[in-house]
Amino acid sequence: MSGVRPTPAARAGRAVVVAIALLWSLGPVAYGVVLSMRPYAEVTRDPLGLPTALDLSAFATAMRDEADGGFGLGRFVLNSLGVALGTVVLSIVVCVLGAYAAARLRYRGRAVTNGIILAVYLFPGIVLAVPKFVILSRLGLTSSLVGLLIVYVAATVPVALYMMRNFFLALPASVEEAAIMDGCTLSQLLVRVVLPIAVPGVVATAIYVFMIAWNEYFYALLFLVQHRDLWTAPLGIAQLGDFQVPVTVLLAGSIAVTVPVVIVFFLAQRYIVSGLVQGAER
Amino acid sequence: MTPGRPPSARARIARASGAERSGAGPFPAAPRRTSTGRARRENRSGWLLVSPSLAVVGLVVLLPFALVVVFGFSEIRLVDIPYLGTEPIEWSLENFRRAAASQAFWGALWTTVLYAGLTAAGSLAVGLVLALALRRPFAGRGLVRALLLVPYVLPVVAAATIWKTMLNPQYGVVNAFGRAYLGWDTPVGFLSTTTADVWGIPVPVALLVVVLFDIWKSAPLAFLFLTARLQSVPGEIEEAAALDGANRRQNLRFILLPQLRAVALLLLLLRFIWSFQSFDDVYLLTEGAGSTQVMAIQVYTELVTKADIGSAAAFGLLMSLILGVLLVGYVALSRRTDES
Repeated sequence: MSGVRPTPAARAGRAVVVAIALLWSLGPVAYGVVLSMRPYAEVTRDPLGLPTALDLSAFATAMRDEADGGFGLGRFVLNSLGVALGTVVLSIVVCVLGAYAAARLRYRGRAVTNGIILAVYLFPGIVLAVPKFVILSRLGLTSSLVGLLIVYVAATVPVALYMMRNFFLALPASVEEAAIMDGCTLSQLLVRVVLPIAVPGVVATAIYVFMIAWNEYFYALLFLVQHRDLWTAPLGIAQLGDFQVPVTVLLAGSIAVTVPVVIVFFLAQRYIVSGLVQGAER
Repeated sequence: MTPGRPPSARARIARASGAERSGAGPFPAAPRRTSTGRARRENRSGWLLVSPSLAVVGLVVLLPFALVVVFGFSEIRLVDIPYLGTEPIEWSLENFRRAAASQAFWGALWTTVLYAGLTAAGSLAVGLVLALALRRPFAGRGLVRALLLVPYVLPVVAAATIWKTMLNPQYGVVNAFGRAYLGWDTPVGFLSTTTADVWGIPVPVALLVVVLFDIWKSAPLAFLFLTARLQSVPGEIEEAAALDGANRRQNLRFILLPQLRAVALLLLLLRFIWSFQSFDDVYLLTEGAGSTQVMAIQVYTELVTKADIGSAAAFGLLMSLILGVLLVGYVALSRRTDES
């Protein structure tokens, strides 16, 4: 990368832009973290102050069960975890198979099926919320985590297919060719040859799917708002905001559900990013 | 969150991948004697592997879409759900007629177009500035890049809670700062004020705050896509331009920006589509107060508050019609630029 050399003025300009960008991106998050560690009374008295002592009681209050004087976020987190992990398993199994076929196999109707999958992905989701709600409530699943699981699998399959297909296309086909020459069957090929080299892609896709399910709010609201036991973590935090819950506790809850996804995302960041942006490079 | 890709890029990837070029996936060209058997086997394997994906798509996307069309053209309310499938459908155009006649619908449509348009333009602009600023390597660039992604990764509920607190009239940091240092007389209700006069110009406060929130959350994705595209601009072009005496501004204007045009157009379209149907961001911040009733909130209100499935479906169908027209326009536009 040479081209035009940056002048000192350009360099200073870049430093300013980077500083502003970091402040803009991280400022609100840092504010949330700081506030979650201050006592509520102090926040209302002096909104601009910094924490005088490290006070983590808001986190404990948020997590504890209602019976112990808390707000039950611990249970909401478990609900979220169950639904999100279930979504990951189902969605990944479906998508590894589908994406491999889309990337490598020639079958009749392949162009059509690929086209349908791409179209689905650009489809406005809110339109489908109405019929999905009707179907699932007709089946009696709208007041259960199972209904939510079904919706999340459906919501994540298109994007997971897209990412997995990108990863498969980036893998060299020569290993598979050699395995087939040696007489591998399709299932042997998938389990022994393809999956081991596709592990980074599978993990990255799984993490991305997990994030979508973990962060989802709309369907949780639509299905479960009447059933406090079944609230997911995002729904719980949003609903508690309407009650008389101290804002420091709400922020503590928000930070607590954020930290795991941020950490996991950054561990797999390179793979997730490359899976997402492939195709934009040309 | 879900990027698509322009047709040209897809074609190029197909060409670049040896698998698709060789004509038969990883399966090598077989001797003529067995080729039909192999093709048949590959055909069967393909369908076997892709059928779970198709089943999910069919059951949870295509079937619901067929149903939403039926609902949109019939009188059906939440109380009718238990009798669904047992009674004949009453067809009617009433839902669409009511939507077209209602002030709420047109108001929501305008708000949504404004919201989606401003968000799309804003997140592209912010993403572009970030991508250009971080283009050349410097110490700590990897870390900065990663940190800039935080708003995108944050659960929307957590982000909205933080922003609501920040803008709170009683204890929020923005109002506290404004009153302490900027001489504001009264706290500003950023999330409930429809319009305020700033130097005599009426400004839609709540809507702009929601737009700003959405830009904050979505610009990192634009930044990622633009960075990926910038990295594949061949260095020789810029070197040649520099030898010919191009300065930095000319380099940007005549070399980099034209290279980014296709991906920028795609990002604009995708962000517009996603924001056009966005519910979470607006609902969590304002619940539709301060004239931020976007279409998605209207659909939700028709369904949950008014218990009118038919009307909610009709609103949703009208939304997809608008997006469909937009998508067709985009495809036509990118075809034409591909040819020229």
